[in-house]
Amino acid sequence: MPSRIAALLSDRPRIAGCEPWPRHEVTADGWAAIGQALGDGAGDLLALWAEPGVVHLALRSTGLKMPAVVTVAVDRNGFPSIGRHHPPALRLERTIRDLHGFDPLGATDWRHWLDHGAWGVHAPLGSRSPAAIRAAAEYTFLDVQGEGVHQIPVGPVHAGIIEPGHFRFTANGETVVRLEERLGYVHKGIDGLLADVELSRAQRVVARVSGDSTVAYSLAFAHAVEAALGVAAPQRATVLRGVAAELERLAHHLGDIGAICNDAAFALIHAHCGILRESVLAAADAAFGHRLMMDYVVPGGVAHDIAADGPRTILAMLDDVLPKFAGIVRLYDETPSLQDRTCLTGKVEADLVRRFAAGGHVGRASGRDFDTRRDLAYPPYAGLDFAVPVLTAGDVDARVWVRIREIEASALMLRGWLATLPDGAVATALPVQSEPREGIAMTEAFRGDVLVWLRIAGGRIVRAHARDPSWFQWPLLEAAIKGNIVADFPLCNKSFNCSYSGHDL
Amino acid sequence: MRTLLLTSLLTRAATIAGPAPGPTALDELGRTLATRARRLFGRSIAIREIDAGSCNGCELEIHALSNSVYDVERFGIKFVASPRHADVLMVTGPVTRNMKVALERTYAATPDPKWVVAVGDCGCGCGAFEGSYAVIGAVDKVIPVDLHIPGCPPRPIALLEGLVALMDRATGS
Repeated sequence: MPSRIAALLSDRPRIAGCEPWPRHEVTADGWAAIGQALGDGAGDLLALWAEPGVVHLALRSTGLKMPAVVTVAVDRNGFPSIGRHHPPALRLERTIRDLHGFDPLGATDWRHWLDHGAWGVHAPLGSRSPAAIRAAAEYTFLDVQGEGVHQIPVGPVHAGIIEPGHFRFTANGETVVRLEERLGYVHKGIDGLLADVELSRAQRVVARVSGDSTVAYSLAFAHAVEAALGVAAPQRATVLRGVAAELERLAHHLGDIGAICNDAAFALIHAHCGILRESVLAAADAAFGHRLMMDYVVPGGVAHDIAADGPRTILAMLDDVLPKFAGIVRLYDETPSLQDRTCLTGKVEADLVRRFAAGGHVGRASGRDFDTRRDLAYPPYAGLDFAVPVLTAGDVDARVWVRIREIEASALMLRGWLATLPDGAVATALPVQSEPREGIAMTEAFRGDVLVWLRIAGGRIVRAHARDPSWFQWPLLEAAIKGNIVADFPLCNKSFNCSYSGHDL
Repeated sequence: MRTLLLTSLLTRAATIAGPAPGPTALDELGRTLATRARRLFGRSIAIREIDAGSCNGCELEIHALSNSVYDVERFGIKFVASPRHADVLMVTGPVTRNMKVALERTYAATPDPKWVVAVGDCGCGCGAFEGSYAVIGAVDKVIPVDLHIPGCPPRPIALLEGLVALMDRATGS
């Protein structure tokens, strides 16, 4: 039986020049019907963004061969709200309204999101009309009523070395009744910086949407450019990209497992994971010339070949790190006082994860069996048999275990690739197309799926948009902390480790 | 756990040798730090880190300073949770318009004498985000800066060289 969304799109012609996913233009009614279908669980919302005159929505549905993009024209400055039917779209629509000035008609939340009143203009990507500066404090948090409830405001400047954001806790005694996030503090205007720029400039900006996922972002950007121009990276480049991407995953998972245990006051694991993480970054530095491998993945391939002894360095690092990590895992598993903090803490229901299509360890710890590397496979993962750990407990402990298993899977992949690194070129020349072409791609960062869409013409990026996995994870953190004690918030937060920069754009 | 603790006791420390103070950092600080401010802190300075708009790449490397390999605390440098406890603000950028007020307030909340270290190409200039409506740019456009540590992101060892230089100048050792 064709899915509801497939049926809605079946008579909509495909717009030419969009690769590899089809893009269809729909009427306002068709758009609203898709919103309803998403709300009823007929598909996953992957992204929602705007450019002058139109709003785009990327989705995935079981009845479709591959994900699709749907476009609606903005009519009298408005478009039908998706968020009224499908809550994961709410913050994305508030963002579209703040950046472009388009109204999500029928939406239930009209508060600003990224616009804190500090830009001096309305709709910086739209009308750019002058606006009075508002104080950031002028923001209405949701009302909480009840006997004995009190509020704890936290941020934007936090106590640790972390990114800025505001958390408004309402607590009853020690128990959190509601957490409301307010984000947007590190909004850098990335969609604006990606409008009509040289490819090389856009590439640098996209690599810095969220520094901890720089390889995954550069990879999604490269795939989107390559899809638009109809080229493919040489085989050696795709394997080197895989090596860089898995090293990135390894480093951040190691760091986060340590940091989660540290937030449960178990500093020993933190200290050891810190050393292991450092080994991974040192190997990345030796092999690729940059600890975070920033700007290494480029459209057409990679910026340069791996260092001559790079494969040997990485393999030696794995031989050193993995046995030590196995010892740490045993320690985690055999320490009841630590498990007492992580088990049953910060539980996210499977239904919420499914509705929000939350990726990464947040989704996979709550039963959502999705990994971009396997389910929207791209080289060098296509055809590769690797484990995608899925658990159902949905708590901090489950998110830790998903990461532990992913470290093991990444190490296996790295060993396989580095033993038989294919020879050949590491980049292919990009053809210059004067006609505008569009490309879209999704890659699996350590925290979940990153999506990049772009339009390219004459070697310049006309428009582009990057969607961080955090968009669909931040709202679930509000749900995860409910009913937990305030002191467990750092633990829950770290087990998610959402990106502020990637979300704030 | 006993095995791990025992192994840790019997193996050499993972910590690498500390770097000499960075020459460029010493030079810049020589111009900005008055002699009278020296010796105020004994051999200890407290740092409050502020992300004023970074992509979080700089934060990853600043974080690494506290791990056992770089172990910044052996130099008497520690990261603190409140600007009220800080001698030094370590700020990454580019400063976004949405973070300007928070940065100014954090600076105001830090007791004198205080120093500001701008970290990363974005904190020192504007980096990849030059020309955006949403950013002000370099940290020194918002608060006075005593030391710049560029890099995208700067390696932990470069951060350490700058901080050791700051420590030398600030404590007159």
